[in-house]
Amino acid sequence: MSVPRRPLPAWAEIAVLPLVNIALALLVVGVIVRVIGADPLQALKLLVVGAIGSSESIGYTLYYTTNFVFTGLAVAVAFHAGLFNIGGEGQAYIGGLGCGLAVLALDRFLPAPLMIPLAILAAALFGAAWAAVPAWLQAWRGSHIVITTIMFNFLAAALMVYLMVNVLIAPGSMTPQSRGFAASASIPAMHDVLAAIGIRVAPSALNLSILLAVLCCFGVWLFLWHTPWGYALRTMGHNPDAAVYAGTNLRHMTMLAMCLSGALAGFVGVNELMGVHHRLVLDFPAGYGFAGIAVALMGRSHPLGIVLAALLFGALQQGGAELAFEIPTITREMVVVIQGLIILFSGALVNMPRPWLQLILSPRRGGEGVK
Amino acid sequence: MDDVLTFVFLMLAATLRVATPLVLCAMGGLFSERSGIIDVGLEGKMLMAAFFAAATASLTGSAWWGVVAAIVAAQAMALLHGFACITHRGNQVVSGVAINIVAAGLTVVLGTAWFNRGGQTPALVGDQRLMPLLLPNAGDNVLVYLALLSVPLTWWIVERTRFGLRLRAVGEMPLAVDTAGISVSWLRYRAVLLCGLFAGLAGAYLSIAQNAGFGRDMTAGQGFIALAAIIFGKWRPFPAFGACLLFGLLDAIAIRLQGVKVPGVGEVPVQLIQALPYLLTVFLLAGFIGRAVAPRAAGVPYAKEH
Repeated sequence: MSVPRRPLPAWAEIAVLPLVNIALALLVVGVIVRVIGADPLQALKLLVVGAIGSSESIGYTLYYTTNFVFTGLAVAVAFHAGLFNIGGEGQAYIGGLGCGLAVLALDRFLPAPLMIPLAILAAALFGAAWAAVPAWLQAWRGSHIVITTIMFNFLAAALMVYLMVNVLIAPGSMTPQSRGFAASASIPAMHDVLAAIGIRVAPSALNLSILLAVLCCFGVWLFLWHTPWGYALRTMGHNPDAAVYAGTNLRHMTMLAMCLSGALAGFVGVNELMGVHHRLVLDFPAGYGFAGIAVALMGRSHPLGIVLAALLFGALQQGGAELAFEIPTITREMVVVIQGLIILFSGALVNMPRPWLQLILSPRRGGEGVK
Repeated sequence: MDDVLTFVFLMLAATLRVATPLVLCAMGGLFSERSGIIDVGLEGKMLMAAFFAAATASLTGSAWWGVVAAIVAAQAMALLHGFACITHRGNQVVSGVAINIVAAGLTVVLGTAWFNRGGQTPALVGDQRLMPLLLPNAGDNVLVYLALLSVPLTWWIVERTRFGLRLRAVGEMPLAVDTAGISVSWLRYRAVLLCGLFAGLAGAYLSIAQNAGFGRDMTAGQGFIALAAIIFGKWRPFPAFGACLLFGLLDAIAIRLQGVKVPGVGEVPVQLIQALPYLLTVFLLAGFIGRAVAPRAAGVPYAKEH
């Protein structure tokens, strides 16, 4: 059994392996679709058309993509520091709370150019604060960040339900939602912006938050690979001992990584609340935090990869909704199944297809491989 | 006096009703974690089990077939977890998260396709459910007693049998077990299968004993509360059982206190009481209430050859 394994060529590791992982996940999805009595190929066609078939569907795909970029980056930044943040869901929730509180407090006094940046900042601060507690507990008290971030997801949900039902609910409202935001706190919709410069597209939920997502991608890339802090952060992820030897304070670095991570997740609240709902509502993170794990895994924790993975997930989300509309036996939750399977195949089972690829791509083993 | 007794009895019964799936789930998770396989997928296993229990009971008309299906479903998920984490040495947390998400989606997809009720299974009646055995109003079905029995059983297996000794060893130092000529993988596979067995029973309890059918996301975080209970009990059966009872009592109190004004305090927010299990676990993990030390090899895949 001890045949030496030659490592895969870099291009195979970056491009082929993720595609094989997705293909495996889709294969299983195909079987599930078959089991519930629908035609997998027709389903795939409807999914693709539903995701990119019209300017409206492209708009929605990009709107979902925006959220996936935020949570994917959030997970990736923590990954690079060797930390596993499964608290994206809660950080997005609390980030949204911060955004909403800032708007509800100030939207009657501030004009949009002040209000929107301030609310974005509030989302980042609240998201970071919600991640800072598990980070502190890990760095100073030695409690495991995976468990504490899970617990903090539930704490965030309980806190939000309490606040929405008892405190922030709009007077006279039957459902737990806040009063509507003033116009100054609304991030312009993409179809309005494009219409202003003479391009007509169908209305969708896509809004200018996507620019914030692009900015975040660039910022994360710059930070991780072109600043001393990013270098120290990645060193800690690769080898904590080496990082200590190089003079990095692991506790401070843990705090930094998690706060950045939480702030990025918090931006989901910006896209959802200021871009779409225009009020504080319940349950807007809707699984984006967990899906961020899949996005980061598939995108190999690199901003460029994350954008590609987020596009795929956005397309799945939008295409899945259309698919559910077209084939009644398939529900929207099929998208959740696909997300889960992609996490499984590109995360937990990532090593499974590697030997197969090694067999195909570098067939000569033994003598030549080891010197 | 009678009133007080009745109240105490009702609270006890309510606590036990809520705690039963937690206890079963926690005992299952304990086997897995003591063998060094972290299991954040308890929630997903329980959800799958709950769905297949209700679906099978509804189709066959027998609650017992429902229990069997629940165990098979949960063990299938456990095997998947094992395949990813033991055979392919994948990340255990990622695998657990994947199982939770797949379960949350798949139960609704299959449920809608098969029963056409928006993810719910048809309401179960008569023999399709597990009925109370001795006390008609207390909900003391067979799984409640099984849950109570599972605690000493787990303790006995883990602390007093050869398998248990090896299980603990493999969770602390797999290399030592391997050197002794015992298969690390096979031990861990047996541990995750035991975990599947108990999580399956917990799921069956939810959908065919406590409730009359499956509803989407019906586990509602109980798998994570069970996980919290394992940590709270410091990975030991009886303390974990105590934590489950405590969390169950909190839930029973939360239901009782809904909309009630406590003298001197006012209305206690139900969400606060519901959040207490998570809050207490965080405090424990922070080292403010004793110290919770996980099995040393938990989360570390074992590679036979380096």
